[in-house]
Amino acid sequence: MAAEPQPAAPTQGRGPSHGMRIFVIWLVVSVVADLLFGFLLAPHLPPGDMSSAAHDEQDAINIMVLMSAPVVAFVLVYFGYALIVWRHREGDDEDGPALHGHARIQTAWITVTSVIVLALAVFGTVELWDSHGAGAGEGPAPIFKPPGTVSLASWTPGKPLVVQVIAQQWRFTYRYPQFGGFETYQLVLPENQWVQFDVTSLDVIHSFWAYQLGVKADANPNVNNVAYAKPTQLGHFMVRCAELCGLWHGAMFNSGSVVTQAQFQSWTGATKSFMADVTRLLPAFATTYDPTVIPAFRSGPVMKKLGLTSAGGGFYPPQDPVQP
Amino acid sequence: MAIETEPGTTQQPGGADPGATAPVKAWWMRPAVHTAIIGAVIGYIFGHWLGNLIDSGYPQIQPGGGQPDQNDIDIVLGYVFMVIGWLAGLGFFNDLINQMRGKRLLDYELRSGGDTGLARYFRFTHDHKVVGIQYLVGMVVYFCTAGLFAMAIRTELLSPVNHVFSSSVYVEIVGEHGTMMMMLMTSVILGPFGNYLVPLMIGSKRVAFPRLEALSFWLTPVAFLVLLSAIMLGGFNTGWTGYPSLAVQAGEGIDAYAFAFGLMGISVILAGFNLLVTVICYRAPGMRWSRIPMFVWGILGTAVMMTLAAPILVGAMYMMITDRTFQTAFFTPRLGGSTYLYQNLFWFFGHPEVYILALPGFGVVLELLPVFARKPLFAYKVAAAGIIGVTLLSFFVWQHHLFDSGINPDMRPLFMLTTELISIPTGFIFLVGMGTLWKAKIRYTVPMLFCLAFFFNFLIGGISGVFVSDIPADTTEHGSFFVMAHFHYTIMGGLIFAFMAACYYWLPKMMGIKLNETLGKWHFWLMFLAFNSTFLPLFAVGLAGQPRRIFEYAHNLQTLNDWVSISAFFLGGSILLFLINFVWSTVVTRVPATGNPWGSRGLEWQTSSPPPAHNFVAVPVVLSGPYEYGESGGPPVADMNPPVGVLTAALAGPEAGSDAARAEA
Repeated sequence: MAAEPQPAAPTQGRGPSHGMRIFVIWLVVSVVADLLFGFLLAPHLPPGDMSSAAHDEQDAINIMVLMSAPVVAFVLVYFGYALIVWRHREGDDEDGPALHGHARIQTAWITVTSVIVLALAVFGTVELWDSHGAGAGEGPAPIFKPPGTVSLASWTPGKPLVVQVIAQQWRFTYRYPQFGGFETYQLVLPENQWVQFDVTSLDVIHSFWAYQLGVKADANPNVNNVAYAKPTQLGHFMVRCAELCGLWHGAMFNSGSVVTQAQFQSWTGATKSFMADVTRLLPAFATTYDPTVIPAFRSGPVMKKLGLTSAGGGFYPPQDPVQP
Repeated sequence: MAIETEPGTTQQPGGADPGATAPVKAWWMRPAVHTAIIGAVIGYIFGHWLGNLIDSGYPQIQPGGGQPDQNDIDIVLGYVFMVIGWLAGLGFFNDLINQMRGKRLLDYELRSGGDTGLARYFRFTHDHKVVGIQYLVGMVVYFCTAGLFAMAIRTELLSPVNHVFSSSVYVEIVGEHGTMMMMLMTSVILGPFGNYLVPLMIGSKRVAFPRLEALSFWLTPVAFLVLLSAIMLGGFNTGWTGYPSLAVQAGEGIDAYAFAFGLMGISVILAGFNLLVTVICYRAPGMRWSRIPMFVWGILGTAVMMTLAAPILVGAMYMMITDRTFQTAFFTPRLGGSTYLYQNLFWFFGHPEVYILALPGFGVVLELLPVFARKPLFAYKVAAAGIIGVTLLSFFVWQHHLFDSGINPDMRPLFMLTTELISIPTGFIFLVGMGTLWKAKIRYTVPMLFCLAFFFNFLIGGISGVFVSDIPADTTEHGSFFVMAHFHYTIMGGLIFAFMAACYYWLPKMMGIKLNETLGKWHFWLMFLAFNSTFLPLFAVGLAGQPRRIFEYAHNLQTLNDWVSISAFFLGGSILLFLINFVWSTVVTRVPATGNPWGSRGLEWQTSSPPPAHNFVAVPVVLSGPYEYGESGGPPVADMNPPVGVLTAALAGPEAGSDAARAEA
């Protein structure tokens, strides 16, 4: 819903010009509100500025606040004015004027709201395209892609890095197919590189929400869900499950970090060699896994080093964990 | 058309034969709640036995990986036969069986001994006014029960680490609160006020399908109890959305969820269909489409959405039940099913559902605003267009619930567009409301205060809706408390505030008793302030990264969460104040309010309060619209005692015309 500054009142002439008063109050209030928001709050609004996706989401929220503040202000100013000025006075038992409508105001309202709404839809579409899906899960066949072709064999800086997120009750694990396909609990990303998250699940629907990165993609069993983001700042970020997934949904979180490229290269090298004998036992990298087909490794080197793994059949046998 | 158009015969609701005499039976021999309970118990035992019998021969495989030894068949069949037994005990099938045996149908009021006292509220009756009161009491009970679950949720969220409930009990509570509110509050205005007032507002002596109407009510207590019974079966851990694979994997409680939701879906279809036909076919002479009260427009839009959307829900729930009992695999991806199938079916119902929860509120506030502004409704046609627009567009927006889920990305701009388009017709409601207040003489009665609060709350709810409809912004907001605050603003801040306005406004009509104004003002201010204090901070909590349905959250959000919890307790207290006012006014003091206490021009106020058995002494002839305030010397709203010939001519006119047209064609 939107509003337009109501021009001159439908009944002119004697008495104060209510329309002009409302217009002036509205103008002052909305300019002040927009200025206050734009300078004080907007730069600090969640989800922050840690990645390209987060930056675009923050932009979208800010622009919509700047656009909707005058609308809210108009409705509130009008109501406030009406409730004070046009209240019923003691002893006045007359009815109000019999106004059934006002063609110009109605047309103006419909035109202005339609323009605002269509502008918002166009803005949202451009923003979605421009930000390569804005960090939202795009399913197995994404169309809003960042530049550069993905090679699963190896990763060179400048091309998208592929990170597979495997969700299950109630844990996220991460697989790096471009580095031999090792699997780990740690989510480490290089700075200023496009990352392609391939999100899937082994059991029920989860949602991979890397809050500060502005990435949210549902993890569906047997489906690959792709989302893109480019981390632009060093530091840690939070990962939470954003789709109710059972008993310990509230406890399904961990954290990841964005590091420099050199640190990332050395981390992947170290992890790759550290995990080598586990990686050998894992099934080949695939976009989805079927936990009832993959043999579960419950002993030997995997257990010793890591405990169980997700791609290797899950932390639990398929009929577990028993739900309440 | 099957409507009786001969004015000579008395229209008996349910097609009863006016000449038949009724045998008078003792009260305990007549079907009522007590026989229904007996029937339900017998039915449940039979169904449970049958389910165990069927189950005993077959090994159970759980495709989603639940407990292999659980038996869902006996539970579902127990519920099925419980419903059949309940309805049989209520006497629902008596007329059907009698008609099949060729017996004459009896007037229901005659058969039940012509009772006019409290006992009729415990029976399956054909009087829409009785059904309206039944709905009112039922809805208040359901709302308060679900509200208690909300209090439990906020108690748990007082601390990020110290727990009142275990994580499993917490998830159960969240699911019960959400499901009970969303499925039962679907009828919170349409049930009591729609059923009671629509015939009165359109000048009809009855509704179109009184049996279906009564059935729609009598299914709600069963749905309510079945949903509560999930707790005894270990609850369900899926929230109100019931997404598989979690739902397939979950324990037996989810059977109760699916059955109750499906049953309520049927109730909603029947309630909507009945009122849809009533509004279209049962208007008094002169009640043109341009004279229909806004409340009836709101109910009409709601009824269209209920009739078209709820069957999808019933289908989805049926598929879920077969997945869990007959081992089909509609929703198991590994076996060829799809979890997206469920999500699409659910939200194809679920998104019209949230407008089902908004439109009656629009209707109520637009109906009340002219009465207390003492002005005609501004731009009547725009208001009707807004309601029709919301009704139509509501079927084209459902995929915005799946923006992050991984469905086709190319559909996203389309659904973003449709979702944002729906704010245009919603904006019409604001135009009409604001235009009506222009140079008005606003009387600050309790119903008016609730109407004004509706506009404030719905403004915030609607604007935040634009934020979640934009995909880049939604990526952060989806699944967080931001969304939760958004829909509480539209549903609780919209629908429930409108429900309260309707209670204060129409109880003098329905019960002949006005609720206490002073207590009402206390109730309003407490509820309004506590509501905003509860849900406004939740936008910030959501943006700060707190997902929905969690029992542990970040430490730095504790201050906000505690503030919200304490406000929520005050909000609960305000509902308690409403209950106190309700009981105090209608049971203890009972100050009679006869006639037309608000000076309304609505047709429903032109007959006595409470209305006589068949609403009007004679079918009224409507002469002008309901909002012609400020027109001195204008025509009255209706001729309540029209000359005999007028009605015959009015009824014969269009029929004869259409017959002639058909003959020509």
